[in-house]
Amino acid sequence: MPLNREFIGREYPSSGVYEVAREKIRDFALAIGDRNPVYLDPDAARAAGHPDVIAPPTFLTVLGFRFAGDGPIADPALGLNYALVVHGEQRFTAHRPVRAGDRLVSTNVVDDIRDAGRNELILTRTEVVTEDGEKVATLHGTIVSRGTAAPRES
Amino acid sequence: MRAFADVTVGEVIPDVTFPVQRVNLIQYAGASGDANIIHWNERVAKAVGLPNVIAHGMLTMAEAGRVVTDWVGDPGAVLEYGVRFSKPVVVPDDDEGASLVVGGRVESVDPEARTATVVLTAKVGTDVVLQGARAVVRLA
Repeated sequence: MPLNREFIGREYPSSGVYEVAREKIRDFALAIGDRNPVYLDPDAARAAGHPDVIAPPTFLTVLGFRFAGDGPIADPALGLNYALVVHGEQRFTAHRPVRAGDRLVSTNVVDDIRDAGRNELILTRTEVVTEDGEKVATLHGTIVSRGTAAPRES
Repeated sequence: MRAFADVTVGEVIPDVTFPVQRVNLIQYAGASGDANIIHWNERVAKAVGLPNVIAHGMLTMAEAGRVVTDWVGDPGAVLEYGVRFSKPVVVPDDDEGASLVVGGRVESVDPEARTATVVLTAKVGTDVVLQGARAVVRLA
């Protein structure tokens, strides 16, 4: 079943604030197998010029899952079967590193939904800012819905 | 942090090998919040046409990114990082798992911004699992 293209252009603000915790950064760093001290040790982070431990470059994926329930992917009207989903592309632009103590909000925008052969692509953009409006990062993601494109007329 | 003066275009960042086993996927699912069933349930993964359980693309991206952050010295120096997931990392239920090999090369430098663009290669066996993987980093 093809995805509902009426979702193109919709914007989804996060329903709350995501407070970045030292221990969450630690969990994430250990899960990716990276024991860089700037992720784990506030003193090491400060010695490197950061106010507190910073998060790995891909950490903000956590925000996407934290607020997934607010977004298009979880909306049954989109018609997405999550077991058919694989990740196609991902890009992060960091305005500054994410660090412990940050209070972040995000807006997720559906930039496009289109066919790619037998698959469909959902292109999303997420702007992450602090509660006070300081820009932190922009994320561009493409997820692939495998085999759901409408059959083509020959 | 790596100094701009010490970086040359064409410089090679040596390969690093990351073992990827089922336990890593479980731990990553928990830490990231990505509980997609194709990352832990072989029965369902195969039923939807995958060869087996596959790794989270974002785990592969994080591991590849570490080659850049370790090279530059400060993960906070990563300004941009993007990848295309060209093939899944298939993780069999055995004692070996998959073996992800990541290397890099300095593609360009920008003397005014004092940045470098690093292009990454990521393979499992002969499969190229990331394409167009690039990071822009700030240098001292």
